[in-house]
Amino acid sequence: RYSSFSRRQELDTLTKVHNPLIGTKTHPSRCPDNSAFKQQKLPAWKPQLTPATVLPSFFLTGAFCLAMGVCLILSANSVREIQFDYSDKCSDCSKLRENSSNWNKECHCSVNFTLKEDILGDVFMYYGLQNFYQNHRRYVISRSDAQLLGRNVNKSYCAPFTTYHNGTPMAPCGAIANSMFNDTIDLFYNLNSSAIQVPVLKTGNSWWTDKNVKFRNPKSYNLSSAFAGTARPPYWHKPVYLLDKEDERNNGYVNEDLIIWMRVSAFATFRNLYRRVKRIRQFADGLPAGNYTFRISYNFPVTKFKGRKHVILSTVAWSGGSNPFLGIAYVVSGTAATLTGFVITAIHLKLRKKKTFFQK
Amino acid sequence: MADPIQWARYRWQRLISTEGGEGSSSSSSSNKCYQSSKTSGKHRIVIPCLGHFKEEYEKVSKLYMNNKIRTTKYTLLNFLPRNLFEQFHRVANLYFLFLVVLNWVPLVEAFQKEITMLPLIAVLTIIAVKDGLEDYSKYKMDKRINNLLTKVYSRKEKKYIDECWKNVNVGDFIRLSRNEIIPADMVLLYSSDPDGICYIETAGLDGETNLKQRQVVRGYSEQVSEIDPEKFSSRIECESPNNDLTRFRGFVEHSNKDRVGLSKENLLLRGCTVRNTEAVVGIVVYAGHETKAMLNNSGPHYKRSKLERKVNTDILWCVLLLILMCLTGAIGHGIWLSRYSEIPFFNIPEPDGKLISPTLAGFNMFWTMIILLQVLIPVSLYVSIEIVKLGQIYLIQNDIDFYHEKTDSTVQCRALNIAEDLGQIQYIFSDKTGTLTENKMVFRRCSIAGQEYCHEENAKRLESYQEVNSEDEDSADRQCGSSTHMSEWHGHNCSAVNEPLNRKSLHQLSGSYPAPGREDRAGDVPHSGHFAFSSPIETDVVPDTQLLEKFNQISSHSCQQSEEASSNLSLETMYITDFFLALAICNTVVVSVPNQPRKKMRLSSLGRTPIKSLEEIRQMFQRFSVWRLSSSPLPSVKESSSESPSSFVSKLSIFRMKLASPALDGAVQGAAEPLNTDSPENSPVPQELDIVNAAVGCEHNSAASSFELSPLPKLCYEAESPDEAALVHAARAYKCILQSRTPDQVTVDFAGLGSLTFQLLHILPFDSVRKRMSVVVRHPVSNSVVVYTKGADSVMMDLLRTASEGTNNSEMEQKKIKERTQKHLDDYARRGLRTLCVAKKVLSDAEYAEWLNHHFLAETSIDNREVLLLESAIRLETELTLLGATGIEDRLQEGVPDTIQALRKAGIKIWMLTGDKRETAVNIAYACKLLEPDDRIFTLKSQSRDACALVMSKILEGIQKNTSAKKKPSQKLGNVFASPSTQAPGFSAGLVIDGRTLEHVLHDSLQNIFLELTEKCRAVVCCRATPLQKSVLVRLVRNKLKAMTLAVGDGANDVSMIQVADTGVGISGQEGMQAVMASDFAISQFRHLRKLLLVHGHWCYTRLTNMVLYFFYKNVAYVNLLFWYQFFCGFSGTSMTDYWILILFNLLFTSVPPIIYGVLDKDVPAEILMQLPQLYMMSQKSVAYLPSTFWMTLLDAFYQSLVCFFVPYFTYYGSDIDIFSFGNPINTAALFIILFHLLIECKSVTWIHTVVIIGSILFYFVFTLAFGATFKTRNQPSNSYWIMEKHMTDPVFYLVCILTTCVALLPRYLLRVLQGTLFMSPVVRAKHLDRLTPEEQKEAIKRWKDDFIVNGRVEFQATSGSSTFCSS
Repeated sequence: RYSSFSRRQELDTLTKVHNPLIGTKTHPSRCPDNSAFKQQKLPAWKPQLTPATVLPSFFLTGAFCLAMGVCLILSANSVREIQFDYSDKCSDCSKLRENSSNWNKECHCSVNFTLKEDILGDVFMYYGLQNFYQNHRRYVISRSDAQLLGRNVNKSYCAPFTTYHNGTPMAPCGAIANSMFNDTIDLFYNLNSSAIQVPVLKTGNSWWTDKNVKFRNPKSYNLSSAFAGTARPPYWHKPVYLLDKEDERNNGYVNEDLIIWMRVSAFATFRNLYRRVKRIRQFADGLPAGNYTFRISYNFPVTKFKGRKHVILSTVAWSGGSNPFLGIAYVVSGTAATLTGFVITAIHLKLRKKKTFFQK
Repeated sequence: MADPIQWARYRWQRLISTEGGEGSSSSSSSNKCYQSSKTSGKHRIVIPCLGHFKEEYEKVSKLYMNNKIRTTKYTLLNFLPRNLFEQFHRVANLYFLFLVVLNWVPLVEAFQKEITMLPLIAVLTIIAVKDGLEDYSKYKMDKRINNLLTKVYSRKEKKYIDECWKNVNVGDFIRLSRNEIIPADMVLLYSSDPDGICYIETAGLDGETNLKQRQVVRGYSEQVSEIDPEKFSSRIECESPNNDLTRFRGFVEHSNKDRVGLSKENLLLRGCTVRNTEAVVGIVVYAGHETKAMLNNSGPHYKRSKLERKVNTDILWCVLLLILMCLTGAIGHGIWLSRYSEIPFFNIPEPDGKLISPTLAGFNMFWTMIILLQVLIPVSLYVSIEIVKLGQIYLIQNDIDFYHEKTDSTVQCRALNIAEDLGQIQYIFSDKTGTLTENKMVFRRCSIAGQEYCHEENAKRLESYQEVNSEDEDSADRQCGSSTHMSEWHGHNCSAVNEPLNRKSLHQLSGSYPAPGREDRAGDVPHSGHFAFSSPIETDVVPDTQLLEKFNQISSHSCQQSEEASSNLSLETMYITDFFLALAICNTVVVSVPNQPRKKMRLSSLGRTPIKSLEEIRQMFQRFSVWRLSSSPLPSVKESSSESPSSFVSKLSIFRMKLASPALDGAVQGAAEPLNTDSPENSPVPQELDIVNAAVGCEHNSAASSFELSPLPKLCYEAESPDEAALVHAARAYKCILQSRTPDQVTVDFAGLGSLTFQLLHILPFDSVRKRMSVVVRHPVSNSVVVYTKGADSVMMDLLRTASEGTNNSEMEQKKIKERTQKHLDDYARRGLRTLCVAKKVLSDAEYAEWLNHHFLAETSIDNREVLLLESAIRLETELTLLGATGIEDRLQEGVPDTIQALRKAGIKIWMLTGDKRETAVNIAYACKLLEPDDRIFTLKSQSRDACALVMSKILEGIQKNTSAKKKPSQKLGNVFASPSTQAPGFSAGLVIDGRTLEHVLHDSLQNIFLELTEKCRAVVCCRATPLQKSVLVRLVRNKLKAMTLAVGDGANDVSMIQVADTGVGISGQEGMQAVMASDFAISQFRHLRKLLLVHGHWCYTRLTNMVLYFFYKNVAYVNLLFWYQFFCGFSGTSMTDYWILILFNLLFTSVPPIIYGVLDKDVPAEILMQLPQLYMMSQKSVAYLPSTFWMTLLDAFYQSLVCFFVPYFTYYGSDIDIFSFGNPINTAALFIILFHLLIECKSVTWIHTVVIIGSILFYFVFTLAFGATFKTRNQPSNSYWIMEKHMTDPVFYLVCILTTCVALLPRYLLRVLQGTLFMSPVVRAKHLDRLTPEEQKEAIKRWKDDFIVNGRVEFQATSGSSTFCSS
C-alpha cells in the first residue's frame, strides 16, 4: 500500500536527493517534542473531593444561603400589596362584554375598599390578568417591531392583523396590539364623603429604552398625519394617535400603556404596571389609611377565555415584589447544605477512626 | 474493498479526460472503441513512441493513463457540490436538513427560517473546512510529486531530457541514475551493471530498507553499450494494471516474433529508489494511477468503535425521548385548545377566520415541538466526537514513550476513530516472530553430521550484549531527538563489524576504495534508513571451540596434503565444509561494503586497480591459473569465470574427499586432480587470511583469543529474511565468507583455502508451501551440479535419501546422522530456537539437463507459471543428503514478559498464534511469561474431529474438577496468605493447539466447546497456524464471545488477522510494512502495547465516555428547560429564550469546554496506570458507561433542568416579568450549571480548562450584552433588546442565578463527594495515590497490589465466570 505515510517517506528521500548538501544533517527526527502539553503533563489542579476540602464548601454555602434567605424574606415581608378581582364584582359589565356586538357600549363599575394602614413609599398600581396566554407562540410573534419604530413595513408576522380587506394597514398591526388591555382604572380617595382622585403618573412606567429607543412614532408634522392611511386595529375603540390626547409625548406608538402591553408577559397569569401614585399633597408619603374606590371603565372581555381581571396596589422592595419564594428557597437550601455538611462530618469522623483512604 | 471503487473512478475520469483531449476526429473515436475493448481485456501492449511504432503508438497508448497523479477527492469546481453530497450521506446531517425543511412549513414553523439552518451550516462548514484542508495538503503533495524531474528520451532531440513526472507516458524510455526515484512502473532494459542487475530499495513502497535485485530482461543483459531507444523494435505485452505487488507477467516480443518472458524481477516499481547502480534504462509500462504502488493506495480506513455503537443506541433512546416529549406537547396543546369554545384573543385564527380543530393543531404542534426541541438529539456530538478523537490521536502520536530511536519511528494511528477501543480490549491475539521476539536472528547452535556444537562462548556473548544493549537503549531514549546522536549510532552499527586492526587489510583487499572519511560517508551517500539485520548481536558470532578445531584440521590437512586421513574424519570434514558452504551460498543475501553503503562489493573491481605490490602480482598470477582451469571441460564454466576473474584457490584436498561419495562421477575427479599439484607455499591466499591461519596453527588451544585478532572483512549483508543473514554471519565466523553475489555467480572466501567462485545456475526461492529454498550451483572444484537446500525440518526430513535397499555403510551412516540430527532438532525446538535443516544433492549433468528442460518450460509460460515453477522445484528437491541443522535464536523483544504480565493483570487474555512449531512456540510462551511454570498445559493434537471433541470435553471436565476442588481451600487460604503466588485463583491452565487440530476445532460443531475450553485457560498457544486460521480464530472470538479483540503482528501473514480484529496493531519491524499498512495502530515495539492500552486506552475511553455522557446531559438539561415552559404557555411551542441565543448556546457558548475535557482530562496519572494494570478493568468492563450511568445522567439532567426552570418560575410568578426577561436568568443559570457541572466532572483542571471555561462565560455575557444593545428589530420577533443590561443591574437576577446553580449542582456534587469518601472506586483510590509522596506512593501501591489480588481477582473471576456464553 502506498499511503500518505509512505508518501511522506518518499518525499523525505526526494528532498535528500535533490539537496545533497542538506543530506543527513537535517534529517528530521520523528521524535515528538518533550513538551508538557504533548506529553500530557501540564500542571493541573486535581480537585480531590475529600472531607477536608469538601466540608468548608458545604458550610460556606449553607451560611451564605441562610443569610441571603433571611434578608430576602425580611424584604419581601416589607412589601405591602392589595389585590382586587373585579371581574366578579363588575358582573354586569362582564355579561355585557360577552356579546361581542356590544363592543362599543360603555360600561362602568366601581370597587370600594378600605385601607386600615397607610401604605408608605412608592405605590404602584397594576392590572392583573389571569388565564390570558400572552405567551402563546403565535401571539408572541404577531407584531412588527419595525412598524413600532416608525418604519414602513411590508413584511411582518402580523397576519392576520396586518391589513383590512381593503388594504388599509393596521397601526399598530398584529394580535398583541389588537388585544391591548383597554380598561381604564381610576383610584379615588374618599375623604369626608368627598372623593379625591388620587393623582397618578402615566409615564415613566415602562423601560427607558423601550420608550426612547424601541418605540418611535413615524416622522411627520403631527401625529394624525403621521398615521394617515392607516387604521386602528379591529378591537380598538380609537386610533393609535388618540391613545393619550393630553400628552403628545405619550401618544401614538410611544404610549406607555401600549409599550407595556407590547412587552408580552411570561406567564398566563400576570400583571402589568398601570400607574404610579404621584407623591404630592396628602399622598406624599404614599396612600394614607381610609376608604378608596376604583372606578373602572370595563372594556376588556375576559369571559371568553375564562379569565379574570385584577387591580393591584403594591409597593416594591429591592428584591422585587411580595413573592417570598426566593427567600424561602434560600433558607431551605441553606439548611440543606448545612445539614449535609454535618452528615459528611459525621461520616468523616467515623471513617477516620477506622481506616485511611487507600486501605479500603 | 475500496480499491475497485477507486479504480472505477479513475477509469471513469480517464475516459472523461481522453474524450476532452481527443477532440472530434471521428477516426480516432473509432479507434478508441476498438482500443477500449482491448484494454479492458487481460493484456496491455506497450510500445515506444519511436521508430516504426509511431502510428501504432497513437492508437495503443492514448488510452493509457499518463504519469500525472491526482489523489485529491475534489477539484476547485466540484468541491462544494461533492462535499455536500458526501456530507448528506450522514444520518445526522439529514436530520438537520429535515428540521430545516420542516421549519419552512408555515404551519409548524417554530423559529425563524434562517435560524434553523445555522447548526446545519455550522456543522457542514466545519466538516467541509476539514475535508478541504486535508484535500489541499494532498493536492500540494501531488503537485510536488508531479513536478519532480526525471530523464525521458525525447524523439526530437534524440537524447534524454529532463521532464516532469507528470509528463511521462507509457512507452517512454527513462534513464535513471543512482539514488533516483523511479517515476513509474517500468521494465528494466539496461543496467550499467555488467550483470544486468539493478538494485532497488523499496522503502517508499513497503518500508523495507534492504536492497532488492531487479534484472534486465533476458536478451538485453548481454548488451555492452547502453540501449538505444531508436533501435528498440520490440513490443511488450503484459497484464492489465493490477495491485499485486508480487506479480508481474508478460513477455517481450521481438521483431522476429521471439518471445521473452517477463516477471516481477524485470519490473521497477514506482516509488522505489535505484541504488548501487550507476544508470538504468527502462520502458514505462504502467504510469500514474495505473502503477502498482498507486493501485495499492487505499488510504485510511474507518472502523466504528464499540463506544460509538453504544452511543448510537443511546441516541436512539434520545430520539424516543424526543418523540415522547413532542407527543406530550401535541396532546397537551390539543387539550388546551379544546378548553376554549371561542377564539380567545391570544390565539390567532387561520386566515379564513376559523380555528383549526384541536386534533389538527395538536398534530401540527408535534412537528413544531420537534423543531423546538431538536437539540435533544445531540447532533453536535458527532462533530465533537470527531474533534476529540483527532485531539486524542494527536496526543497519542506525540507520546515520547512510543518513540523508538533505532528505527526513528513512533506510534502511528492509522485509524482515526477507534482510539477508545484500546481501553476495552479483552483478547489480544499476538503473532510470535517479530512481535514478541525481535526477529533478529542470532545463530546459537548447529549440528553437523549428527555432531552437535553448542557454541557456549556465543551464548555468553549474547548475555553480555543484552545488558549493553539495554543500556544503550536507555541512553538513546534519554537523548531522543538529537540527530547527531543517531548518526553516531549508525556509525557504531557498521563499524562494530570490523575491529580497527583489520582496517588496513581491508583496504588491501578492496583496494579501490579511498580511506573512508566521515564527511565522505555523510556527504555523497544519502542517509537511507538503516542497515537491515546488521546489529552487532547478529553479526558477531563466536565460533565454537570444538568446531573451530575441526575446521583448522581442514586447513592443516590441506597444508600437509595428508590424503590418507581417516575416512570417518574426512567424511565429517566434508560435511562441515559443505555445511558452511551451504550456509554461505544458499540464500539471496546481497553483499555490500558499509563504508560506502549500497555499493555492491565486487571483486571485479580489483582488476581496475593499478598493481602495486607483490601481493597483487601473485593475485594476477592466480587469476591466470583460474583462466587455465576454466578453459577445461565445460564451456559454461569458462564463460562465467572469464567474465569475472577472481582469485581462486585450486588445491583443495577436501573436495577430493567428496569424490569418494558415490554421487560423483569420475570424469570430474579427473578434472579436479591436477589442481592439487600446486604447492602450498604458492598458495595465493590474501595475506590477512594467511595470518589467521598461522595464528590458528600455532595456538590451537586459544582459538577464542585468536578470534579476537581475526580480521574479518568489512562487509554488509542484506538479506530478505533475518534467518538468512544470521546464517551467513555464522558461516563468516568460520571464515567461510560470502564475498560477492551476482546473478550468475557467488564467491565465497573459504577459510585458508581461498576464494571459490560458484556458478549460480538457479535459485529456487523460499515459499510457504515448500517451506524451503534451494540453490543450484556448479561446483568450481568438482565441476558437478550441486543443489543446496535449506528449510524447515518437518519437510526436509521427508525429502532425504532413504536407505531403501542395499544397506551399505554410508547409508547406514546417513540414517544414524538423520536420527541424531532429529534429536538435536527436537532439543533446539525445546530451547525455543528456530530450526533449519541443511541438505545437499549432487546432480549428474544428464539429470540436470533433464530437469532444466522442464524448468525452462515452466519459466516461460505466462499463465500458471507459479504452479509450474513450484512443481519444478519439488521435482528437484528430492533425494537429499542431510548435512546438518542450525538453531537460531529469535530473541525476545525488550520488556515483553513484563508487558504480557501487566496486560494479563489488566484482565486481558492473550493468545499466541504462530506459524512456528509447537516446541518453539511453547518455549517462547514460557519465556515471555505467557505460560507460568506451574500452569498445567493441555495439548490438543488429534487427527479427527470426533477425537478432538472427546479430548476437549475431557480437558474441560478435568479443569472443572480442579477448580471446584481448589476453590474451597483457596478461599479459606485467601485471608491467611496475602502473597499472590499462592493465591492463584484455583488453578491455571494453558492450552496448546496445533494447526492441524485447529482445523477440526474451528468446525461449527466444535466451536462452542472450544471457546468454553479457552475461557477456562489463562493462555492459548496456537502453533503451525496459517494466516487464514489466525483470522478465523479472531473472528470466532469476536463474534461468538462478543469480546473486544486486538490483533498484533508484524508480517504479511498477520494481515488478515489484523484486519479482522476490532483493533489491529502492526509492529513496524523488519518484515516490511504490510502489517502496518493494514493496521489501525502501528508501534515499533511490543512493549509499547502496554502504555498504548493501559494508559492511552484507559484515557481515551474514559475521556470520550465522560464527554459523551456529558453531551447527553447537557442537551437534555438544556432542552428540558424549553419543555417545562410548554406547560405554562399552552404547549404552543414558545421559547422563552431568544432564538439566536438558544441556537448559539450549543454552538458557541458550551461547545469548547467539553471538547477540551474530552481531549485533556486525566483521571489517573500515567505512572499509576502503568503500575496498576488492574485499573484497566474499569474501562474494559465499561464501568464508566453502563446503561445505568446513562440513565442516571439523564435523571440528573432532568433534575437540573427542573431546578433551573422552576426556581426562576416561582421567583417571578405573578410578577410583571416579560417572556424574554424570564428566559434570561434561566439561560444564564443554565450556562453556569452546565459549565460548573463540567468542572465537577473534571479530574484535572489545567490552565487550558480554566481559560476555556472563563472564556465561555465571558463570551456569553459579552455576546448577550452586545446582542441586547444592538438588535432592536433584527431578531424580531424574539426581541431581547436591552434585557441583559437591565438584568445586570438587578440583584434578584444574580440571586436567582446563584441559587439555581447551587441547588442544581448539589446532588451531583454530593454524589462525587460520597464517591470520594465512602464508596471509592479503584479509579478514585488511584487518584488519591497521586497526592502522596513518592515513597508513600510506592508503599501504597505495593499494599494495594496485594490487596487487589485478594479482593479484585476473586471479583473478576466471578464476573468473568458469569459473563455470558451466548453462543449457539
